[in-house]
Amino acid sequence: MPNSLAVRTESLCRHYQMGEALVRAVDGISIDIGAGEFVALLGASGSGKSSLLNLVAGLDRPTSGAVIVQGSNLAALSREQLAKYRLHTVGMVFQSFNLIPSMSLLENVELPLRFAEVDRRERSALARQSLERVGLSGRLAHRPTELSGGEQQRASLARALINHPKLLLADEPTGNLDSRTGTEIMQLLHSFNQSLGMTVLMVTHEQALAEKYAGRMLHLADGRLVDDVTNNDVRNNDMRNISSVEAPAPRGETP
Amino acid sequence: MKFYDVTDLAVRNLRESVFRNSLTTIGISVGVASLVAMLSLGIGVQQLASRRLQRSGLFDTVVATSRRDLRNFREQREDGPPPAESPALDEPARQKIEQLPGVVEAYPDIRFVTEVRFDDKPHLTMVAGVPFSAKNNNDAFDGMQGSFFSSEAAPEVILQKSFAEELLGIKPKPGADDTNIAELAKPLLGKEVTMRYAERTASPSASPTKTGLGERGPSDAAAYSVVSRQQVLKIVGVTDLDPDSMRGTARARVFLPLKLAQDLHLMQSNLRDTSASDSPSYTSLSVRVGNPNQVPAVEDAIKKMGFSAFSIVDATRSMRQFFAVLDGFLAIFGSLALAVASIGIVNTLVMAILERRREIGIMKALGASDAEVRGLFFAEAGAMGLVGGAVGVTLGWALGRLINFGMNIYLQRQHFPPAEIWSVPLWLVLSAIAFSVAVSLLSGLYPATRAARLDPVQALRYE
Repeated sequence: MPNSLAVRTESLCRHYQMGEALVRAVDGISIDIGAGEFVALLGASGSGKSSLLNLVAGLDRPTSGAVIVQGSNLAALSREQLAKYRLHTVGMVFQSFNLIPSMSLLENVELPLRFAEVDRRERSALARQSLERVGLSGRLAHRPTELSGGEQQRASLARALINHPKLLLADEPTGNLDSRTGTEIMQLLHSFNQSLGMTVLMVTHEQALAEKYAGRMLHLADGRLVDDVTNNDVRNNDMRNISSVEAPAPRGETP
Repeated sequence: MKFYDVTDLAVRNLRESVFRNSLTTIGISVGVASLVAMLSLGIGVQQLASRRLQRSGLFDTVVATSRRDLRNFREQREDGPPPAESPALDEPARQKIEQLPGVVEAYPDIRFVTEVRFDDKPHLTMVAGVPFSAKNNNDAFDGMQGSFFSSEAAPEVILQKSFAEELLGIKPKPGADDTNIAELAKPLLGKEVTMRYAERTASPSASPTKTGLGERGPSDAAAYSVVSRQQVLKIVGVTDLDPDSMRGTARARVFLPLKLAQDLHLMQSNLRDTSASDSPSYTSLSVRVGNPNQVPAVEDAIKKMGFSAFSIVDATRSMRQFFAVLDGFLAIFGSLALAVASIGIVNTLVMAILERRREIGIMKALGASDAEVRGLFFAEAGAMGLVGGAVGVTLGWALGRLINFGMNIYLQRQHFPPAEIWSVPLWLVLSAIAFSVAVSLLSGLYPATRAARLDPVQALRYE
């Protein structure tokens, strides 16, 4: 079990008013996630997995309760501070990849560095390195629509890691991929978690993948945490199938 | 985000919807062109009128008179030394006035009523001396038929159109079109007229010797004799406009070189030359000032020297007021098209927000702040305004040149001198572009704020 705490939620609630009905998307969830953990959020559709992930990502604000990441309560941060938090602390991977279609892969991966005001030359070099690590060095000038789903998700992963986040949030990263490609992406996530000690919080429907790669599985139903399982077997899993992926070097260092 | 990155992303986004953004930019261009066209017309007409009035001597001339001349009761009201103690308006005084700051030249007014004979027929008219400098600074001579005087003291005359008509026995019909000046000048140019005048010559008693009246100094010498003379003058020009418009009812219709008029030692009522000496005393000097704004200062300086001075510069106030109102109206009408164009910008950017909703969500998820998203949309609006403004100014300028060209063809056919009725000064170019950018940014305010306030979760769900 990791020593320091990466994420803590305290009686976290996110309720929506939809007409007459009150939707309790997240309803009093309190969890602690240690630094370096690989946590899978499991549950049926509408169980509140993505809502919880959005709250931890700082994309949404809780109705009540607290989300504490690296000692800061996100509920108390201003919009500007939340933007900085998303830029420097969090990396996000989405089910639908969310690459900007009008930009090449290199430009897509460079985009967070533009917001971080990194010099043009440096960010180009960093983006190239990042794409190289996910095996896309030959696709720098391609637009997302010219790539397969797996390649797009790898590019998305390269973009999520470009600012060296402490927390990697993945919202059903394999949801739009076939099982073989999905496994490749999971191997990448696992590799970054292991080599960098990066905390990973992943929403998934696929119990098998979660069991194989996540060290902990949180089961949600109707916005509540119904089960918290530590997967001791994950360390003993047969990792021979996981290809070795080089972790990204901190900015300024050569790989 | 750095300025370069904002600009880069804005240009990239504009290129993505190049057709729609081009149409919006064309809308801005038309708006700016209309504004530039209207204001250029206003400025051009104002400059034309100002130039014409300034060159007529109405607004850049101070008339200095001696306080010794008691005929002008207007001067009696002014403060200053009593007429008897006031200095003489003589040649040294003229030179002193000419040295005043802002003064271009000071010359005596020589005008007299005399008989001018043409084809042995006498015609009585007012004759005036014209300084040689009027060749370049009185545009009444610009569009005239023939040419200006060949030299400072050439025995030549320029006739005003009405006098030319009189010499040829043409009577303008009421309501009919003006007589063609070119046809009027044709039979007169190169012909000669004979001007009869009275010359003053110093009488022997004017010398500083004892006379029956007692001891008198040269300046007091008053004895002179008048001799009838005549001077043959060649007609070199016929002018349509009135070079002497400032003089009202005392306007001359025949003009001869001032130097020649001075050399003729004419007997005239307002040249208080009491002798035929080299230092004549004048009752009136025309003082031409370089800039109409300096007229009040020159007027005050002349008054301080002990002379009377007046100008009609105040009359320009109403003219300036008129043009300020005209420019205001033209600017309002010109801005209407730009206002319509600004609605186009709002529409384009709101459409862009709808289309790029998901993209905005992605950028926010990746760490873009509200200010950066707002800045991006502002940059797009500003870029459209800048390009639209630059193209609009070029269009407006080209339109102006075209209208100017057409107008000059029309003026030429109507036998008028060419005129520049269109003026696009540098300040107008820069102001129009700045205004275009400002209007575009203002138009981008609502869409940019809306984009910045987008909820990233909602935006990411948008398909």
